[in-house]
Amino acid sequence: MSGVVSYLVFFATMAAILAIVVLGLNLQWGYTGLFNGGVAAFFGAGAYVTMLLGGRPEPGQFGGFLLPFPVAIAGGILFAGLLAWFFGALTLKLRHDYLAIATFGVAVALESVARNAEWLTGGAKGLRGFPRPLEASIADNFLYGLFFLALVLAVLAAVYVGLERLVRSPYGRALRAIREDEEAARSLGKNPVRLRLQSFVIGSMIMGAAGGLYVAFYAFIGPQDLAPILTFQVWAMLIVGGAGNNRGAVLGAFLIWAAWTASGFALATFAPQAMQLYTGPIQYILIGSVIVGMLLWRPQGILPERIGQGRR
Amino acid sequence: MTAALTIEALEAGYVRDLPILRQVDLVAERAKLTVIIGPNGAGKSTLIKAVAGLVPVTSGRVLLDGQDIAGIRPDQMGALGLSYVPQTDNIFRHLSVRENLALVLRRVPEKQARMAELFVLFPALAQKRADRAGSLSGGQRQMLAIAMALAPRPRVVLMDEPSAGLSPKIAAEVLALARSLTRQDVTVLLVEQNVKQALGVADHCYILAEGRNQLDGPAAAILADPVVGEIYLGGKRMSAA
Amino acid sequence: MIQNVLDGVLTGAVISLGAIGLTMVMHMLRFANFAYAELLAIGAYAALVFDKVLAALAPVLASAFKPLTLSASLALATLLAMAITGASAVLLDWLIFRRIRAKADALSMVFASFGVALIVRNAITLAFGHDAKLFSKDIAFATVLSTDPLILVKADQVFVLIAALALMAAFHIVLTRTAFGFALRAVAENPNLAQVAGVRLSTMIVSVWLIGGAFSAAAGVFYTLTNHLSPALGHNFLLPVFAATIVGGIGSVYGAVLGGFLVGVASALSLAVLPSGYVPAMPFLIILAVLLLRPHGLFGEDQA
Ligand SMILES: Nc1ncnc2c1ncn2[C@@H]1O[C@H](COP(=O)(O)OP(=O)(O)OP(=O)(O)O)[C@@H](O)[C@H]1O
Ligand SMILES: [Mg+2]
Repeated sequence: MSGVVSYLVFFATMAAILAIVVLGLNLQWGYTGLFNGGVAAFFGAGAYVTMLLGGRPEPGQFGGFLLPFPVAIAGGILFAGLLAWFFGALTLKLRHDYLAIATFGVAVALESVARNAEWLTGGAKGLRGFPRPLEASIADNFLYGLFFLALVLAVLAAVYVGLERLVRSPYGRALRAIREDEEAARSLGKNPVRLRLQSFVIGSMIMGAAGGLYVAFYAFIGPQDLAPILTFQVWAMLIVGGAGNNRGAVLGAFLIWAAWTASGFALATFAPQAMQLYTGPIQYILIGSVIVGMLLWRPQGILPERIGQGRR
Repeated sequence: MTAALTIEALEAGYVRDLPILRQVDLVAERAKLTVIIGPNGAGKSTLIKAVAGLVPVTSGRVLLDGQDIAGIRPDQMGALGLSYVPQTDNIFRHLSVRENLALVLRRVPEKQARMAELFVLFPALAQKRADRAGSLSGGQRQMLAIAMALAPRPRVVLMDEPSAGLSPKIAAEVLALARSLTRQDVTVLLVEQNVKQALGVADHCYILAEGRNQLDGPAAAILADPVVGEIYLGGKRMSAA
Repeated sequence: MIQNVLDGVLTGAVISLGAIGLTMVMHMLRFANFAYAELLAIGAYAALVFDKVLAALAPVLASAFKPLTLSASLALATLLAMAITGASAVLLDWLIFRRIRAKADALSMVFASFGVALIVRNAITLAFGHDAKLFSKDIAFATVLSTDPLILVKADQVFVLIAALALMAAFHIVLTRTAFGFALRAVAENPNLAQVAGVRLSTMIVSVWLIGGAFSAAAGVFYTLTNHLSPALGHNFLLPVFAATIVGGIGSVYGAVLGGFLVGVASALSLAVLPSGYVPAMPFLIILAVLLLRPHGLFGEDQA
């Protein structure tokens, strides 16, 4: 029984971390119409920097500065934001899909750095050992799990409320205006490139924050955490929940994460031994089909956008 | 007198539920030169584009020799005998002069002979046949655009401000060329800003403003009408040209 | 160093072939197609299957043309694979991209292409397994042409380079000598005017997918002839073909060819200074350099 409960706590923590990522993507795609093809990169950037700043020192390994968690995660968020700012500034003036290509490239590049720069990232084996916030004060594992879940939920709630305020403010209306009709927005005196860049940077910083929480949760980060599948999962979560709707984004995160975990469990339990090697591809096909199917048949998602006229 | 092109109660626009043209009527008589004039933004280009199939028609009819061509794809118009010279960007700059013509002659029988004829008709193009169209002068570009429209021997030609941006001498040549087409049984529907010159060569004139018919009549009568002269052909119009 | 350049030219030829179709599709349909590189994998696996079938049906076809490891059955299989891959590209457009094009914006197409790539790549994994495949086991004993022991040039590599260049030359002739080629260039420059000039856009879209699919299949086969084949082929070539397209300028076929060779050689040369693990990131650095220095590429004029 307590096994089930602690599993649920574990599940909810991970789903809530992903929901934060999806909220960041929603600001970029749902409200501003920006395509981020490298969600994993911004999540990973936040995670690795948090680990480097707040992790335990290891011989022969750069980092492990043991900074307090809030400082470490702030560093991760800042780095994710800098990364986004650099590539956003470079591409947001160009054809809309350049951002997609550049961010996809960032993800490939960061993954290869994570795999190869052993002195910095620990290479393929990753980095482990992270003093989790208030770990010493809460001895009981289960209680600590609950505490951490509460922490993640609090961050999720803060991000949610912050974004809701943002998108309902005149600033949010300006974002939607440039998404719907860039020329018209420009003629109203908005600067589309700057607004897009701000939205992209803020969204990416939110992803970086989720990466920092992830590191604190697992006390580990490795190159496989930056794999492209994370980007696909987050996209599927957003389109299922409903782009342009923050409640939808959170709902989508929990739904898809439940479906992902359940399908993985089902395949591991019921699929014949010979198929075990192929559970990954089957799940990937499912995620791909969810994305394509939603786009074809219900692009507005479960909870469609309510404010504005909605996406074309 | 028979109508080559008849436009009846036409409504058309770029965005849904936002018609630019409202209830426009127009008749272009066979082998005559009909000119459309009107202020900037009146919908002249939109009207021509709607006939050519580039702007969706929401209601009304466009009859080409009695056949309704509203809703037909633009690439099928040539085969029906209708050609269109756009106002701007009316040649392929990256293709040579010869390639531009060969493109529109793709489906024309005896294309080599037709190409030779066109080079006789437009000697300036003949000299530049191997050059990139983007390197031509403004007048030569306009000639090429007209040659492309004439290549498949259309019965009706739509021209959108063919003399815009040209020197007065070349502009007059272009208008004379449009006039000469009518002597070969080609019907010409022309949009013009050079109102006085255009009325000088035209048979009939339509005045369009805010997407609606304002007035129409024989070109000579319009040119002579003092009220029309003041309202539509006044100093503002002339300087805009 | 010389070896790196040689290898780079060879990979460059493969990237160029892949980028020719991508640049046309990206320009005409105005979206970055992340599923495009999967066509290389579809082509290579299709050739693998056809090769086995043909060799089984007519064993005489299976013997290699010395000094190549290429056999008649594989040559035929490649042609079949080019056709099948072109058809798959058209089919994917009809089933998915065309429908999304009809009701949503270009970025939804980018999004859909991510999903399609994921489906195709993993369907290939399910069908053929994770492990690497070879067209011929003789590849390890392929004839080496060079006399310098430090430089390795296999007969297969020379063949691949010649065949790739021949395909590109053939396409150049089509573009510059045939009315169909004029129509392709016309649509690339100004789709509206092309329609006015009597070109049917939907026909051109199908043609571009067919050409792109066929060239990608050839690229996939050529790469596999001198390397090995795994389901990651498409993913591995995705960033290189995008880089080639951006270097050349979106919409420029010649730019894509040049870009392909540039990316191939630059990646191979980077091996001389960087550990091999960083090679996947090399095309990204090239994209970055282009974005910083010349955002519309060497020959591109595509705006916004
Ligand atoms: N591509 C387009 N999309 C949306 N609206 C357009 C487009 N082109 C023109 N319009 C609008 O349609 C109206 C009519 O424009 P049109 O080009 O037909 O005018 P015109 O009479 O040809 O003017 P001009 O003398 O400047 O050529 C204008 O209000 C214009 O803003
Ligand atoms: Mg006009």
